[in-house]
Amino acid sequence: MMNKKAFGAVAAAAVLALTACGGGSTGGGDSAKGEINYWLWDANQLPAYQECAADFTKANPDITVKVTQTGWDDYWGKINNGMASGTAPDVFTNHLAKYPDFLKTKQLVALDDAVAQDNVDLSQYNEGLADLWVGQDGKRYGLPKDWDTVALFYNKTMATEAGLTPEQMGSLTWNPEDGGSYEQAIARLTVDKNGKRGDEPGFDKDNVAVYGLGLPNSDAENAGQTQWSYLSATTGWTTTDKNPWGTHYNYDDQRVQDTIAWWASLTEKGYMPKLETTVGANAADSFGAGKAAINSHGSWMIGQYTGYKGLDLGIAPTPTGADGKNASMFNGLADSVWAGTKKKDAAIKWVEYLGSAACQDVVASKAVVFPAIKTSSDKAAEAFAAKGVDVSAFTQHVEEKTTFMLPITDNAAKVSGIMKPAMDAVISGKAPASSLTAANEQVNALFE
Amino acid sequence: MTTLAKHERPAPLGSGMPAGRGGPRKRGDLKVALLFIAPALIGFVLFYLVPTIRGIYLSFTEYSILGEPEWIGTRNYERISQDPLFWNALGVTGQYVIINIALQTTLALGLAILMHRVAKSTIIRGALLMPYLMANVIAALLWFWMLDYQIGIVNQLIEWIGLPRVAFFGSEQWAIPTQALINTWRHMGYTALLIFAGLQAIPHSVYEAASIDGSKAFSTFRRITLPLLRPVLVLVLVVTVIGSFQVFDTVAVTTAGGPVNATRVLQFYIYQRAFNEQDFGYGSALAVILFLILALVAFIQMKFLRGNQSDLD
Repeated sequence: MMNKKAFGAVAAAAVLALTACGGGSTGGGDSAKGEINYWLWDANQLPAYQECAADFTKANPDITVKVTQTGWDDYWGKINNGMASGTAPDVFTNHLAKYPDFLKTKQLVALDDAVAQDNVDLSQYNEGLADLWVGQDGKRYGLPKDWDTVALFYNKTMATEAGLTPEQMGSLTWNPEDGGSYEQAIARLTVDKNGKRGDEPGFDKDNVAVYGLGLPNSDAENAGQTQWSYLSATTGWTTTDKNPWGTHYNYDDQRVQDTIAWWASLTEKGYMPKLETTVGANAADSFGAGKAAINSHGSWMIGQYTGYKGLDLGIAPTPTGADGKNASMFNGLADSVWAGTKKKDAAIKWVEYLGSAACQDVVASKAVVFPAIKTSSDKAAEAFAAKGVDVSAFTQHVEEKTTFMLPITDNAAKVSGIMKPAMDAVISGKAPASSLTAANEQVNALFE
Repeated sequence: MTTLAKHERPAPLGSGMPAGRGGPRKRGDLKVALLFIAPALIGFVLFYLVPTIRGIYLSFTEYSILGEPEWIGTRNYERISQDPLFWNALGVTGQYVIINIALQTTLALGLAILMHRVAKSTIIRGALLMPYLMANVIAALLWFWMLDYQIGIVNQLIEWIGLPRVAFFGSEQWAIPTQALINTWRHMGYTALLIFAGLQAIPHSVYEAASIDGSKAFSTFRRITLPLLRPVLVLVLVVTVIGSFQVFDTVAVTTAGGPVNATRVLQFYIYQRAFNEQDFGYGSALAVILFLILALVAFIQMKFLRGNQSDLD
C-alpha cells in the first residue's frame, strides 16, 4: 500500500502553492530566475528542443532549461506521480487526451494574463489549435507547439510487385460494407508463405508472410486515432455529442460498430495480424522488417518510417469514404505550466518561447514534426522535401480542412479503462462489434 | 529424546517464553527492549500501520489525490460487489495463485531434495538462487523478450521443431500461465532454499532408524521427510501464497492487464483505479478487500496445517 499520507500533505502544499501564485505572472521577483525543468516524450524531438533551450538561455541568461525525455509509456505515470509528490516538471508537453484530468485536479496554470500582457499572437497558429487548450472555465492552459494528422505509410516495392501504382495507392476508396478499393489493395498486398496473394484462390490465411495492413493495437486510448478513426469519420460518426467537452459517447452507433466490425474482419481474413501476436511488438519495426505492406500512422512517425534502410517508402492519403472525402484526426500538442512550479514567471516565459516562431522554426528545420505556427509548419514541409520526403498526404488534410479534432472530455483515463478491453475483445474476435454498446453505457454512466 | 531437543524450533511470537518473566529486572529490560525495537517499530508504524489505517479510511471516501477525501460510507464496497472487473480480477488472480503455488512448491521441493542428497556443491546450490537475485521487472522484461511471438528465441525454437508459434503474452489462455511460470522460475530457487533448510533440520537418526527398519526411499520421503517438513512447508506456503496474490510488477511491465482482461489481476486493477484513473477511494476499498482475503487465507493455512507446531518434539 502506498503512503497515502504523503499525498495528502503534497496536495495541501500544491493548493498552497496555487494560492500563493494566484497574483498573475508579475508576482515574485526571483521566480524568473534559475533552472526550470521541461519534459517531453518524443526522443526524435529532443535535439530540436535542446537547441531551443540553449537559444532561450542566450536571450535570458538568468534562466536555464533542463530538458528531460521520457518514453510515452512511462511519461504520464511520472507526471501524475510527480504532481502528487511535488516533483513534477515546471513545464511539460501536454496531450489533448490527458489535460482534462489535469484541469479537474487543478494542476495547470492559466496562461491568459501572460498571453494578454506579452501580446502572444494566437492567430499565428494553424486554425483551431489554440482553442483546443481552452478549458470549460474559458481559460487557456497551453500554447500550441505542433500538430499531427494521419496517412498511410506503404512499402513501394511491395506495391509495385502487386501491380499497384502510386496513383492507385493515392486514390483508394473505402466503405464499411466491402471495404472498397482499400480492402482490395490490402488483400492484394497480403502474401502467404507460398507466395499466394490474399485475393488469389488457395491463399493460406493461417500462414501469412506479409500482412496487407499492420496492426499495432485497438487504439481505444485515443479513439482510434491512427487505426480506424480516419474510416469511421467518413461515415459521419463522431466520438462524442460535441467536441471539445462532450458529455456523451457514441460507441453504440451503428456506423462506428460497422467500421470496427469491418476492421476486425481483416484479421479473420488473414489480411491483418492477430492482436495476440502483436503484444509487445512495435508495428513500425514490423513494417520496417517487411512484415506488413501498409501501416496507417501519424505524422510524428515520418522520421521513423523514412529511417528504415533499404525500404522504398510511399506515403498515401487515407482512403476516401462514402462522402467522397477523406478524413484525419487532428491532434495538437501544447506546452503547459504545472501549478506546483516554484518558478512560475520563468516557466511562462519558456512556454511563450516554445510557442514562438523562434523555437518552432528550429523544430521545423529538423524535419521531425509539424510545428503549430503556420509559417513554421510550411518550413517543416520544405525541410521534409529537402530530405526527399513528400508529406503532402499529411498536410492536405489541413489545407482541405478534412480534419476532425481528437475528442476532449473529462474522465479520459476512465473511458480508456473501459474502452480498451472492450475494443480488444472485438478486434481479437472474442466479442461482436455490438458489444461496444454495453461498454458505451458504462462510459456514459461516468458523466451522469 | 534428548538428542532431538536442540532441533526444537522456537515457537512464534506470543506462545510463551518462560525465562526472564517478572522480577525486579523487568522495568530495566523494557527500556532496553524498546530501544532495540524502536527502529523496526517506527518503520512499522510509519510505513505500515498509518498507511493501512489511512487506506481503510480512504476506502470509505471519494478521493483523487488532490482536494479533500469526501466520506461516502460503504458506496465503494457496494460498487465493487457489482463490478464485473473486480470478480474477473479475483478469478484471474486465483488462477495465477493456483498455478504458481502448485508448480513452485513441487519444483522447489524436488530441488531441495536434490540439494540435500545430490548437489553438495555450494556453487550449484548458489546458482539455483540466481534468478531470485534478479529484479522482478528485469526478469519479466527478459522473458517478455524471449517469449515474444515474432522475435522471441523460444518461438524460434518452437517453430524449428515444427510446432506452431505460441502467443505467450498475447493469447488469453496463455497470458496468466506464462506470468505464473516466469515467477515460478524466479522464486523456486529461494523457496527451495527455505525447504532445504528445513530438510537439514531433520535429524539423521530418524533416517537411520527408518533404514534399519527396511524402509524404501519413497516411503521414507512420504512417511518421514514430508511430515517433519510440515512447519517449513506451511511457512513457505503462507509466504508464497501471500506473495502470489500480490502479483503486480510482471503484469505491469508486460501485458498491463490485457489481452482484454486476461491478466487484470487484483493488484494491477487496484493500481489502475487508483493511479491511472485517480479514484483512490475505490482503489483503497479494493486494497482493503485484498488485505482481508490475505488475512483469511493465512489464518486458514496456519490453523489447518498447524504451521506453528512441529512433529519433531
